[in-house]
Amino acid sequence: MSAAPFVDEAQVQQARQLAHEITQPVMDTIRRHTTVSIERTVLRLLGISGAGSGGVPLANLLVEKLQAAGLLNKGAAYWYGRALQMGARSPLEAVERLTHAPPQQLAPLNAEAEAKLRDEVRAETREAVEELQRRIETRNALRAELPMSQPPHKYVIVATGNIYDDVEQARAAAQAGADVIAVIRSTAQSLLDYVPHGATTEGYGGTYATQENFRIMREALDEESRKLRRYIQLTNYSSGLCMAEIAFCAAYERLDMLLNDAMYGILFRDINMRRTFIDQYFSRRICALAEIIINTGEDNYITTADAYDAAHTVVASQFINESFAKNAGLKPWQLGLGHSYEIDPARPETLLLELSQAMLIRRCFPDAPLKYMPPTKHKQTDIFFSHAYDVMADLVAVWTRQGIQLLGMMTEAMHTPLLADRYVALKAASYVHRAARGIDQEFTVREDGRIATRAREVFANALHLLEECRAEGLIAAIGKGRFGDVKRQETAGKGLDGVHEKAPDYFNPFLEILEARN
Amino acid sequence: MASGRQLIRPYGDRRDDGVVQLSFTLPVPLSEKAKEAAVQFVRKMGFSDVKVAAAEPAADNYTFFIVYARSGTYVDYAELEVPEAIVRKLGFDELNNLIHEKIGRRIVVFGACTGTDTHTVGIDAILNMKGYAGDYGLERYPWFEAYNLGSQVLNEELIRRASAKSADAILVSQVVTQRDVHKDNARQFIDAARAAGIQGRALLLLGGPRVDHRLALELGFDAGFGSGTRPSDVANFIVHALLKKMGKEPAELHYQGEPS
Repeated sequence: MSAAPFVDEAQVQQARQLAHEITQPVMDTIRRHTTVSIERTVLRLLGISGAGSGGVPLANLLVEKLQAAGLLNKGAAYWYGRALQMGARSPLEAVERLTHAPPQQLAPLNAEAEAKLRDEVRAETREAVEELQRRIETRNALRAELPMSQPPHKYVIVATGNIYDDVEQARAAAQAGADVIAVIRSTAQSLLDYVPHGATTEGYGGTYATQENFRIMREALDEESRKLRRYIQLTNYSSGLCMAEIAFCAAYERLDMLLNDAMYGILFRDINMRRTFIDQYFSRRICALAEIIINTGEDNYITTADAYDAAHTVVASQFINESFAKNAGLKPWQLGLGHSYEIDPARPETLLLELSQAMLIRRCFPDAPLKYMPPTKHKQTDIFFSHAYDVMADLVAVWTRQGIQLLGMMTEAMHTPLLADRYVALKAASYVHRAARGIDQEFTVREDGRIATRAREVFANALHLLEECRAEGLIAAIGKGRFGDVKRQETAGKGLDGVHEKAPDYFNPFLEILEARN
Repeated sequence: MASGRQLIRPYGDRRDDGVVQLSFTLPVPLSEKAKEAAVQFVRKMGFSDVKVAAAEPAADNYTFFIVYARSGTYVDYAELEVPEAIVRKLGFDELNNLIHEKIGRRIVVFGACTGTDTHTVGIDAILNMKGYAGDYGLERYPWFEAYNLGSQVLNEELIRRASAKSADAILVSQVVTQRDVHKDNARQFIDAARAAGIQGRALLLLGGPRVDHRLALELGFDAGFGSGTRPSDVANFIVHALLKKMGKEPAELHYQGEPS
């Protein structure tokens, strides 16, 4: 590939600038609000990570109490400080004091006591963040000691519902050559407004994301990494109503990646727009601190809309996701922008069209790892065809230097992958990556050919969509179904009642530290 | 009688050679012993001439086998009786194409978890984009226009909103079953549907972990879907039921996986 094929650098910069202008008005909303999920995250950082009777997380208990009293807009950290001031000696005692004594009856403090309270909570927060950073450094040390294999990193999913079975399957996948393990979540976990507690052995279509499950899996993969002398990465889902909390739990348990998209929850889970935008910002701030690579979900657009007709929506959304990510302090190396091999295989020239799309995205985001997804929508139950279809995606992935490649499973559309399905996919991908590595350096795509022409057409449409989004606003654009053919309204969807406008004296020492980093 | 028989068995590269390919994983490390275990396992299934084509170390403690073997058994094709009306369950693309061609407009579907029940898990699994277990929800079908009203929706409200859009189908989800509250609420829905005059006009579907087709029919619904139902099951039912109503499919048509 030549240095800058298909489109001029000036045009790419124009797209980037448009995305910046699109996200700025949303950033105003983000700055003015907090959410129950963000406040629970602050409490978790401060050590309130346990669960009470019936498995209800203490962070939820406390935040619900503050919300009911109309006090959450001052920040949960402030009320935590008040509890300490009342003599609480541990996070647990703080919860008890605040849930037994109505905080709304507490008299206001004088300015001096107020300042002292904030300084104390700030100091405690700083210590907690330092502890978090130490854990991240432990992970980084292991990553430095055990180098990863060359990209594309082969990503596979385990989904048994039982964390201990997941461990068994994850180890097997790692032994067969997997570089990244994703533990898929139980169906509809994203709609739970709390993070379940403890190790879990029952799930539906996946395994609950809990801090303890993260710990169990990371520990197993550390062991496996040492054995294989190759670092195996772990990922989970920071999406839904608990984006920020999951990001914190993942950072604490040393995960390497998280699925995290600025708009996925809005479009595909019908989560309220404001809630999602506010939560994604805080969760991404945590990912920036924890050096976690995010994976965005643009591949989903072309499972709803037609992959050929909607190709430009993927590119436009990637620029928007990138802008939101930059606003939250993420660096280009952390952006696993999602896209996929999804054009109807019955059409002619699909290899050319898929190459065009992947090359265009590589060209627009030269420093991002990118996350390449396999075909799903047009998958057939003829596993032999399905395998051949997946192999074509392997070829495009290595050709366009994808950082992360989720491998297709030949039994996609039938059942959760059998152990052998992962083995077969990993063996084929290893072969194709090995065989074709460097192919992009050998072949230059002609600027007047099918691939380049199509790339320019898609880019022009993406630019046009970005212009529309800037003119009418992102919220209105989503309302018109511009992304994934899904229409959502600003005040509809789940979780809006968890959004609160910040009081003038809102206090969030965790956010202060996260935002001071850049 | 014998002349009427038509004995068949798999065709590998000669008629009646009975060659079958199998692949499976055994939970043991790759070794000669593991290969022998694979051979024995296949023989116990009644195969002969067992050839282990590949034995691969899928992981430290798992071996993946590809095996070819012959079967001496047969099926008398002449004596099989399968009603020809049975059609295969259609996939995402096929179903969309069928709606496009035979119905020619988007099918309008409303759903909610009605009554006091707050659990949206069931209705979300069927209607939301994401779907369930890798099976896309109705929102994702371009030829369905799906509205998910969420939970704690009044039966009357669901009926009112659905009628306003001339819904083709209404989905009622009931998760909580304490003291049979799901049945009481479902009955109340049917009463309200009768009062509104939509019973018989829109397809009325009941879903939930303790729901089955028979219960749903007893209560006055057109179909019931229990646990493990995938969105595509509901989609197939709705499309076939509409085509039957429109007289574009025989009323006695049956298809794989239909509620029973």
